[in-house]
Amino acid sequence: MKYLDEYRDPVLARRLLAELHATATRPWTIMEVCGGQTHTIVRQGIDELLPAGIRMIHGPGCPVCVTPLEIIDKALAIAARPDVIFTSYGDMLRVPGTSGDLLGLKARGADVRVVYTPLDAVRIAHENPGRSVVFLAVGFETTAPANAMAVLHAAASGVDNFSVLVSHVLVPPAITALMDEPDTQVQAFLAAGHVCAVMGWTEYEPIALKYQVPIVVTGFEPLDLLEGILMAVRQLEDGRAEVENQYVRAVRRSGNAAAQDAVRTVFQVTDRTWRGIGPIPASGLALSAEFAGFDAEQRFSVGDVVTVESPLCIAGDILRGTRVPTDCAAYGRACTPRTPLGAPMVSSEGTCAAFHNAGRGLEM
Amino acid sequence: MDLVCPVPRVETERVLLGHGSGGQLMTELLTDVITPELSATGPLEDAALIGLDQVFSTDSYVVTPRFFPGGDIGSLAVHGTINDLAMRGARPIALSLAYIIEEGLPISELREITRSAAAAARAAGVPIVTGDTKVVGRGAADGLYVTTTGVGVRRRDAWPSAAAAVPGDIVLVSGPIGLHGTAILSAREGLGFSAEISSDSRPLHELVAAMIEAGGADVHALRDPTRGGLASSLNEIAEASGVCVEIVDTSVPVPRQVAAACELLGLDPMHVANEGCLVAFVAPNSVDAVLEAMRALPEGESATVIGEVTHGVAGRVIAHTMVGASRIVDVLVGEQLPRIC
Repeated sequence: MKYLDEYRDPVLARRLLAELHATATRPWTIMEVCGGQTHTIVRQGIDELLPAGIRMIHGPGCPVCVTPLEIIDKALAIAARPDVIFTSYGDMLRVPGTSGDLLGLKARGADVRVVYTPLDAVRIAHENPGRSVVFLAVGFETTAPANAMAVLHAAASGVDNFSVLVSHVLVPPAITALMDEPDTQVQAFLAAGHVCAVMGWTEYEPIALKYQVPIVVTGFEPLDLLEGILMAVRQLEDGRAEVENQYVRAVRRSGNAAAQDAVRTVFQVTDRTWRGIGPIPASGLALSAEFAGFDAEQRFSVGDVVTVESPLCIAGDILRGTRVPTDCAAYGRACTPRTPLGAPMVSSEGTCAAFHNAGRGLEM
Repeated sequence: MDLVCPVPRVETERVLLGHGSGGQLMTELLTDVITPELSATGPLEDAALIGLDQVFSTDSYVVTPRFFPGGDIGSLAVHGTINDLAMRGARPIALSLAYIIEEGLPISELREITRSAAAAARAAGVPIVTGDTKVVGRGAADGLYVTTTGVGVRRRDAWPSAAAAVPGDIVLVSGPIGLHGTAILSAREGLGFSAEISSDSRPLHELVAAMIEAGGADVHALRDPTRGGLASSLNEIAEASGVCVEIVDTSVPVPRQVAAACELLGLDPMHVANEGCLVAFVAPNSVDAVLEAMRALPEGESATVIGEVTHGVAGRVIAHTMVGASRIVDVLVGEQLPRIC
């Protein structure tokens, strides 16, 4: 694949690391927003090679991790119905709800299927006119366009046994909420390259200005991350607070207009609760009035499922970046990828799972 | 801001699909449910040694789709059992072939698969000498399941075992990893990589014979990394031998198209199944000779060193990353679940 090997070159990586060491004169704390970036940083051990004092905080950008428990419980309630084919991206299936997960439900007879695109779910609906097909539409601005296209496609082709259980979240309100925290330690952000490929970066410019915080739109390969960190450190050292783009091969300032149009047509901005963080105003997407007929919550009357979370793990602290997984008493003991106590241990993009999969906290 | 997290319930009463993935869940099923009832002891090997000379192995094949780029369920079933025998240093001598067929399977398809199994056995020089055929009602199986069982005779000059790796051993792989798993996934889901990626399904007994010819008793451990991928095989050997295995990320041969497919799907090539390569632990004195012998055969032409066995923490597999850090390589938990983004 073009654009893969070029960004995994060990010689260039060491050169960037050397440049970082030459540039950093003071301690800085930088948050990478996206779980995909966390995965690369921890897998490659990039954070362990940074100059002393440069600390990476792993942000809330893992869709699996921040999807509220309530949505998982609603998904379980819908998927348990015999008339339903429940479809989802793979890594949502192991997220623990109050009474179990979708994989367990599948083993007990529910028709739960992994799809690679929501358009597959529409196709399944078309092929099974006698059954209701529900797609679990979660994720950031990255997955919203494809989900919007699926709804538009279902509407245009009259596939009325298709519906979506929506819990989309948006990055800029989360960054703003983190900066509004009185005890925030974040001094710069690596913004999520794929989110910006869709949305561009204009909405980050007022945030950089208001909070005087550098934001670098960054990719996901080892060299992307190293270069993004270097650009952030340079800004911090220079006293600048700008939005810069490291991910030039994929991101333009205005983003992808067609994708944004599809999202605006199908969805509207709504308040959203983030698992482990809590409610953030105007931080999510819900179906717009015109497409409310595709809302699985209303179709299956699960709007009143209320879930109470109990305070057992420190997922919230981890998602906000104030603590790391190895600070948690349950990490690697009661809480493992096999028996996740919290969502960050489920997806390989979750901070806890990324730590655990790389053996962090274990004797090497 | 409340910081909360729920107490989830983990499914412990039913078999999950992930229990068959070759990862941690499968190990739990074996150690908690199956081996205690059989009073089985010792390391779990690809094939069992009976007495001094006979090697015995069995394997079932349920792959979907039954035809995929690079093979089909018939040839795969023959290659798989031949390879399990070969990993104990055996010369395979005979196979059985058993079918569980779902009512309604086209006869033409059964003929084609049988023809393919026969051709694979002939090409490998291992006859299919017995078999069985059962038919179940529609819906009771998914088309066709195949079981092959094989017997072999152990070569006297080596004792390869998952429990025989020692510090100082050099870790080799015989060829590129990740081809079979990504080819199957691509064919199953219509993901469109199929034009570029073919399964590596092939017999490895000639390769093993050449390795033992060159290295003799210095060939300490052999494994073909099928389900669970290279990461599982390395962990199994590290565990069974009580040693630490250290590999270098950049030396693991991952073909570009496999890397690209895994990147798109959020999979780790180290966890993806293979059907035509092996990992070998060889004493340093014989590494050059063994590598030369491997590279002289088509199935070993890109054989390469990926790491070594050290005195580090027993049972641990460590990868040195491209930026110069290190991480622990763990086994897969259950099924590999494609990521959202």
